[in-house]
Amino acid sequence: MTRAMWYSTDWSRARSRTATATTAAIRTLSELARSVPVYDPGVTRDLLLERLHEIHDAHGQIRHRDLATLCAEMRIPLAEGYEVATFYHRLGVVRDDAAPADPAPVRVCDGVPCLVRGARDLGAGIERATDRSVRWGPCIGQCDRAPAIEVGAHVVAPATADAAAEAVRNGNVRATPPEAVAFDAYVARGGYALLRSCLAGERDPEGVIATLDQAGLRGLGGAGFPTARKWRTVRSFPGPRYVVLNADEGEPGTFKDRWCFEADPHRVLEGLLIGCWAVGARECYVYLRDEYAGIRAMLAREIAALDAGRVSPVRIHLRRGAGAYVCGEESAMLESIEGRRGYPRHRPPYAAEVGLFGRPTLIQNVETMYWVPEILSRGPEWWRSHGRQGRGGLRLFSLSGRVRRPGVYVAPAGISVRELIDQHGGGMEEGHALAAYLPGGAAGGILPASLDGLPLDFDTLQAHGAFIGSAAVIVLSDRDDVAAVARELMRFFRDESCGQCAPCRVGTEKALTLMNGPRWNVPLVRELSATMADASICGLGQAAPNPVLSVLRFWPEAVGAERSP
Amino acid sequence: MSVTFTLDGRTVTARDGEPILDVARREGLEIPSLCTLDRDGYGRAGNCRTCAVEVEGERALAASCIRMPAEDMRVRTTSARALAARRGVLELLAADRLGARLTRNDELRAAVAREGLGASRFARTAHRIPIDASHPAMSVDLDACILCTRCVRACRDVQVNDVIGVAGRGHEARIVFDMDAPMGASTCVSCGECVQACPTGALSLANGASLIEPDREVPSVCAYCGVGCQVSYAVKDDRIVAVSGREGPANAGRLCVKGRFGADYIAHPDRLTVPLVRKEGVPKRAGDHVDPRAPWTHFRTAGWDEALDRAASGLTRVRDAHGGDALAAFGSAKGSNEEAYLVQKLVRVGFGSNNVDHCTRLCHASSVAALFEGIASAAVSNPFAHAAQAEVIVVIGANPAVNHPVAATFMKNAVKAGAKLVVVDPRGQTLARYATHMLRPRPGTDVALLNALMRAIVDGGLVNEAFIRERTNGWAELRAHLARFPVAAMAAVTGLRPEEIREVARLYASARTAMIFWGMGISQHVHGTDNARCLIALALMTGQIGRPGTGLHPLRGQNNVQGASDAGLIPMFFPGYQRVERDDARDRLGTLWGRELRAERGLTVVEIMDAAYAGRIRGMYIVGENPAMSDPDLHHAREALARLDHLVVQDLFLTETAAYADVVLPGSSQPEKLGTYTSTDRRVQLGRPAVPPPGDARHDWWIIHEIGRRIGLPWSYAGPAEIYEEMRWSMLPPVLAGAPWERLEREGAVTYPVERPDAPGEDVLFRDGFPTADGKARFVKADIVPPDEPPDAAFPMILTTGRLLEHWHTGSMTRRSRVLDALEPEAVAFVSPPDLERVGVAPGGRVRLTTRRGAIELSARADAGLPVGVVFSPFCFSEAAVNFLTNPALDPFGKIPELKYCAVRLEAAGPAPTGPPEP
Repeated sequence: MTRAMWYSTDWSRARSRTATATTAAIRTLSELARSVPVYDPGVTRDLLLERLHEIHDAHGQIRHRDLATLCAEMRIPLAEGYEVATFYHRLGVVRDDAAPADPAPVRVCDGVPCLVRGARDLGAGIERATDRSVRWGPCIGQCDRAPAIEVGAHVVAPATADAAAEAVRNGNVRATPPEAVAFDAYVARGGYALLRSCLAGERDPEGVIATLDQAGLRGLGGAGFPTARKWRTVRSFPGPRYVVLNADEGEPGTFKDRWCFEADPHRVLEGLLIGCWAVGARECYVYLRDEYAGIRAMLAREIAALDAGRVSPVRIHLRRGAGAYVCGEESAMLESIEGRRGYPRHRPPYAAEVGLFGRPTLIQNVETMYWVPEILSRGPEWWRSHGRQGRGGLRLFSLSGRVRRPGVYVAPAGISVRELIDQHGGGMEEGHALAAYLPGGAAGGILPASLDGLPLDFDTLQAHGAFIGSAAVIVLSDRDDVAAVARELMRFFRDESCGQCAPCRVGTEKALTLMNGPRWNVPLVRELSATMADASICGLGQAAPNPVLSVLRFWPEAVGAERSP
Repeated sequence: MSVTFTLDGRTVTARDGEPILDVARREGLEIPSLCTLDRDGYGRAGNCRTCAVEVEGERALAASCIRMPAEDMRVRTTSARALAARRGVLELLAADRLGARLTRNDELRAAVAREGLGASRFARTAHRIPIDASHPAMSVDLDACILCTRCVRACRDVQVNDVIGVAGRGHEARIVFDMDAPMGASTCVSCGECVQACPTGALSLANGASLIEPDREVPSVCAYCGVGCQVSYAVKDDRIVAVSGREGPANAGRLCVKGRFGADYIAHPDRLTVPLVRKEGVPKRAGDHVDPRAPWTHFRTAGWDEALDRAASGLTRVRDAHGGDALAAFGSAKGSNEEAYLVQKLVRVGFGSNNVDHCTRLCHASSVAALFEGIASAAVSNPFAHAAQAEVIVVIGANPAVNHPVAATFMKNAVKAGAKLVVVDPRGQTLARYATHMLRPRPGTDVALLNALMRAIVDGGLVNEAFIRERTNGWAELRAHLARFPVAAMAAVTGLRPEEIREVARLYASARTAMIFWGMGISQHVHGTDNARCLIALALMTGQIGRPGTGLHPLRGQNNVQGASDAGLIPMFFPGYQRVERDDARDRLGTLWGRELRAERGLTVVEIMDAAYAGRIRGMYIVGENPAMSDPDLHHAREALARLDHLVVQDLFLTETAAYADVVLPGSSQPEKLGTYTSTDRRVQLGRPAVPPPGDARHDWWIIHEIGRRIGLPWSYAGPAEIYEEMRWSMLPPVLAGAPWERLEREGAVTYPVERPDAPGEDVLFRDGFPTADGKARFVKADIVPPDEPPDAAFPMILTTGRLLEHWHTGSMTRRSRVLDALEPEAVAFVSPPDLERVGVAPGGRVRLTTRRGAIELSARADAGLPVGVVFSPFCFSEAAVNFLTNPALDPFGKIPELKYCAVRLEAAGPAPTGPPEP
């Protein structure tokens, strides 16, 4: 019990008999307490995660004493500060006597696209080359350049042990902002004219929404909810209203949001601001995954330029995730923006009615907003004119895995994986034959090569136990072990489960155990899968069994099971 | 609005806001829901998912505990999917969490058994987590934790202590205290709400106490503070093995550390179990020390007859030789109403004087004086639960998180629900975390601050003219008086910023409802009555009284300080606050009691001690009070006690006071006896005997009764019920008319005033008028009176005293509770870090406090909540009794000593003595 009791914000119980703090520290704390005269959690609380990042950026970790000081300053109970700080995997909380943080920590991506390209061997190689242990983390959205690593915030991809060692040696830990189209260039080519016309009253919100409706645009983050209907719903509730741009692209194999920002950030921001105008929001939030440090720097700069350009009266808050896949789930994201753990909320009520800070909130994915200006400029027919196999519109496919040219490709909805690989990905990697593919990242199930002609779109894959989600297509070959991939995916879900509900928290862990070994206890696996799918609070737990069920459906012999009739 | 839907094929109707689970249970269906605790404030978490049901047309199942039915919804609770999911989740939890049984109420085990599940088919995967036994009263075994978060909600939403959280994520998520501290080293305030909430025993009572199957549960009321929490004593083999909170009107199931873990003092080896009489020839010396465990140096045992005869004959001897005025008695605010009534009657009828008082003199006497003067009623105008209806809550000179912890939880709940909280205290305190405004004026500048607040209200045009016109007298004078107190000048006196004062004034005056709570920080000053006058004026000038969510609430300290005063255990009033000077009151009660009554007010506590010191009081009967610890300037008080010709002390323990006794009579503790107690909310509640008194200890009413008989009174009470009934009808107005004993037995609690036995008590006073002659309240102005003993060169700091969360008043009970004493085992002074640094003492080191009256040595605790120049020390530690130091200067109206302020010198002291303390 060496914990310094001056951490206590409960002054009357600060016990000297267990105290180890210096008087100076106590004085600092008491001065801090005096400097926060007004208790208004609604104003300050949501900045907790940002403040934790500030400490972490400065020290590479968060010591208990710093967290305690922060809690005192923000008048947040220690337990609440601690639970938030320890929820996010990219924040390290350590005791006060911990060694200083590694100035150049190496994190190796263990997403499936990186794993099939040798991430495990790479990690071992880096450990040998740098004489330090590496951390493993989930997909960092560099799947087109797998295997990828981060040295601090510096992304090395594709990475080799030598390249990693060099970055460590040079202390090269800073992110490089992408050379995206800047504000002036975007304006010069006619950017923000659409938004200006909206703000000038040349367009009306109903008309804009009707256009999106006619186009049939659906939310491209994965759920595919009709965009126009969402905008109308949010508009129908009394303000103030918020808009949140979900840029927490964490579905393994997905890197299209990164691509949008790297290519044309202001096109996304213009779509976002049109959304704000349409639903009558005066403030909006961009929740960007922590892994995109370079984009964060670029966006901060560009948002400042946008503000300076006085294009829109809407204030854009750039917020930073901290390493939690579940925060891509929209209600968990709202919790995170509010400075809490990313626990998905119970629904109903839905965010459109009770969202950020309890207000009606429009939440859209980056890609959806990326397409909005285009559709409004070119008209709904243009959008609908794309599509194959009876589907309409365009999509950004994140293609990775065993293809020659992985990358983000603009392709018509309804394209098949075979077409995607051949027409966009340059065919299969040399010496590899298509064996299986993940149409929608970790959660979307696994389909066999025999189904390589299915149209890839919303609603087309359910019959096969799969869904397209964020259109993260990961291609596996005859040299890959599908059951092993399924196990990696379950490990991912176990690590990323928020832990709120029992079926997901315990279920993912039990499932992973059941998936060890060459023969699965298939009846129990099926029962467990049903429990998780039926009883979990959010999509994470509900979808976590999908890869398992795919294996049982298409590759039962791989796990010692009978093929079902 | 009700909703009709289909539940398992039946058409059912849900009440407004009623989730599916509640409808189903109402319909008689058995659905588990481990994360649900159906108690106020717990909300629903929907995280265990054991209550999953199928809603037709939905992809996934719904958690019925949080899902609201919709019109025409079709819900199936017993579909194959629902049953499979429910059993599946239970089997998952059972795999890791069903180890050795930790509590007799293991809800997981029960649910698994009800579903007929065998051993889980899943392998255990959870890491073993070592048991955390760092807390003396509670054990943490997270191996049994299902993360239902009932404890988190208990700690955060209900009690709002904010200690428990869930750290980590997913399969690594776990319950933590603060930043993963052991429970015993955390900021846990040991309320035990989490243990009461835990469904599996992951949080349980230490030493396996949660497993004990009690012989009986006895519903009663807590023996500690004035909040009046209802408790249930779990009794096995005539010992209290656990205390839990009942759904009482004051506590809604909640308790604090004293209520839950502090009942074991009654079985302490120090308990007096036989009467003692002083040995022949052993003199009484003020500095004497008697070891409670080996009192044979001074006392010998005696039978009851001998002891009672000695006790009574000594009193009679003084009375006959020196007159009734040479006798005095102290009753106790810890005793029942019946005991209080009997003690005061004994004095008035048996001694023939009004020299009877109790510790109310040391706590709220000044508040009572001001309230009688201003609004002719001293009880609270509104119960503390009305904080929930207040837009603005002002807590001034009170530290309810420590002294009225359960009441504080309701204030914190109110803040969470949107109320604004203003805390005024020179010391920082826990409640400040939730405060919109925390004002920390210089000690002793209360009148300046309160006049400034009133002036700011006048300046801001925020006075309630209509209320003032229709309901009050004396506004013009007060208004003129306030002209002398400009805000800026007063701000300089208090050390606060003028804007803060104006802001708080605006907040209070313009709120739709605003309520003031105060405590000893207001009353224990030479200007205590003035302080209270100002608070009353604040409420009157803004009309913040007479409605729900408004009013004046002086937080009563002792469990029965309200009742003891009501019962007449004070020198100036008969029962029901009938002034002794009033002829009609004396006539009426004289007839009832069969003796002519004295018209002169008796002496108060400190006056009695002064009179004893001076030899004018020669005999005393002290029932359950400990003036040798609680009075200011203890050298003087103890000398006074030693000078008495005859002293009878009736108590549970051989207290510091009992050391000077001629006869010591072993009484009974609250859980051992029947009686009524009146809480701070004017609520009379019934305490029931849970265990018998130890040895030959007796019920106190019987002892008082026997003394009465032996000094010549024709008493033949059958028991508490008969005494209560007599007390009830001795009061005028008959505020307890609607609260006969049978009703208390039936309902357990009745708020007064209550007119009829079938009517609820009145929770809001002064709705239509004040009980003054013309129905109007009176403004009384207050001038700035400096503290009696300001700091100077020799004694440069300010000493202020009070209580600790774990210790009750003089510590005679709580220092003998294993858990409470383990939590706060040693005498301690709270010092600001800069002051501690200045005298060169590290936190935990020894300091000496010296005032003009004495010196004590104790350890120092660095407390950043204390202003520089101020030292705080609680008065519960007999080994370093801070009342040796305090100033006996009295408030001229309430006769309350200035325990909150005297000049002191702080110095480094040598190391603590290693042996037993010197006598």
